[in-house]
Amino acid sequence: MEGSQGSGAAATAWHEIVLQTLKRNEVKLVTYVPDRVLTPLIKAVHADPYFTTFSTTREEEAVGIVTGAWMAGMRGAILMQTSGFATIPNALASLVVPSQIPLLMFVSERGTLGEFNIGQTLVCRTMRPVFDALAMENHTITRLDELEFIVDRSIKQAFATQAPVAFILSPLLTGGKVFGK
Amino acid sequence: MTRPDPVRHDNAKVMNRFELTKRLVGRLKHGEAVIGGIGNTNFDLWASGQREQNFYMLGSMGLAIPIALGVAIAQPRRHVVALEGDGSLLMQLGCLTTVGMLGTRNLTIVVMDNHIYQITGAQPTATAAGTDIVAIAQAAGIARSAWAADEADFERLVDQALAQSGSEGGGPTLIAVRIDDKPAVATTERDPVKIRQTFMRGIAAQSG
Repeated sequence: MEGSQGSGAAATAWHEIVLQTLKRNEVKLVTYVPDRVLTPLIKAVHADPYFTTFSTTREEEAVGIVTGAWMAGMRGAILMQTSGFATIPNALASLVVPSQIPLLMFVSERGTLGEFNIGQTLVCRTMRPVFDALAMENHTITRLDELEFIVDRSIKQAFATQAPVAFILSPLLTGGKVFGK
Repeated sequence: MTRPDPVRHDNAKVMNRFELTKRLVGRLKHGEAVIGGIGNTNFDLWASGQREQNFYMLGSMGLAIPIALGVAIAQPRRHVVALEGDGSLLMQLGCLTTVGMLGTRNLTIVVMDNHIYQITGAQPTATAAGTDIVAIAQAAGIARSAWAADEADFERLVDQALAQSGSEGGGPTLIAVRIDDKPAVATTERDPVKIRQTFMRGIAAQSG
């Protein structure tokens, strides 16, 4: 399954759209903690010399790095999985939100729509309450034809309003991770 | 003072954080950015004089080095110093492997090791039991890691790090110092937006 698409034309892959949208918005720094679903995006970003990209040992570390880079003039994003998001509320609440940092987060959604690991299903449920508690902008993206609009507009909004934003990449968009993969 | 050789975590002179912070800041002549870690580390940085190129981290324990790394990546021509305590570093040890992996040439990490979580009631950290921050940093790939024997040695190590900043064959530096348990001499004004705006203004020019 390669995700939904809005027209009969050959669809551009979701990761290609994300990559081009990051570029168009001059987001040069891409940090990540690896995830199977995000692998094509991670590979593509590594292959493109426009980006400075590397893995961090924890998502929190990436929050610090992207914060520092933005204050110094370079826009950045973090790629992570839902379980990774669950490790960063302290950094969001004590650094990103009070300091007004436009942190871009792409979260590969595990724990729903065919999850096989009970731990993932539970940790997934902690994510949206954190967005609510911090009143943080977030979008669950399910459709390929809406991806570019949501990501492009929201990146612009994040930098214009100096506020973080999270893009939750649903299995409906990415295909997710299922048994046997 | 003669330099004990080799300088180790158990024979380095026990110094004072505020005194060392003043010495460090006094050697910064080219708009170097300084990121002060949570608690007494950034309080003494604040007390040393409120340079515009200083960032005082109020929460997010353990992220001083990652923030400094981000600044260093974005501005390769500016040298960046992270000031961190032993407890904070132990919380985010993985960041040393990221710094080692990237080999960032314009980054210096100063670790103030007093063997305690001072601000929470002086509970011992693992360094009190012998964990050696310099040995960890070297194993993480930060070859230029050393204990400062005394104040003069600290200044020498800082000067060396600044002198080789950005040069071919250069790399990140870690300087560990043994410090006493004296509290910071002042408290940072806790206004995150003001801190961030001042810092951004302070490092806006001369970006790499």
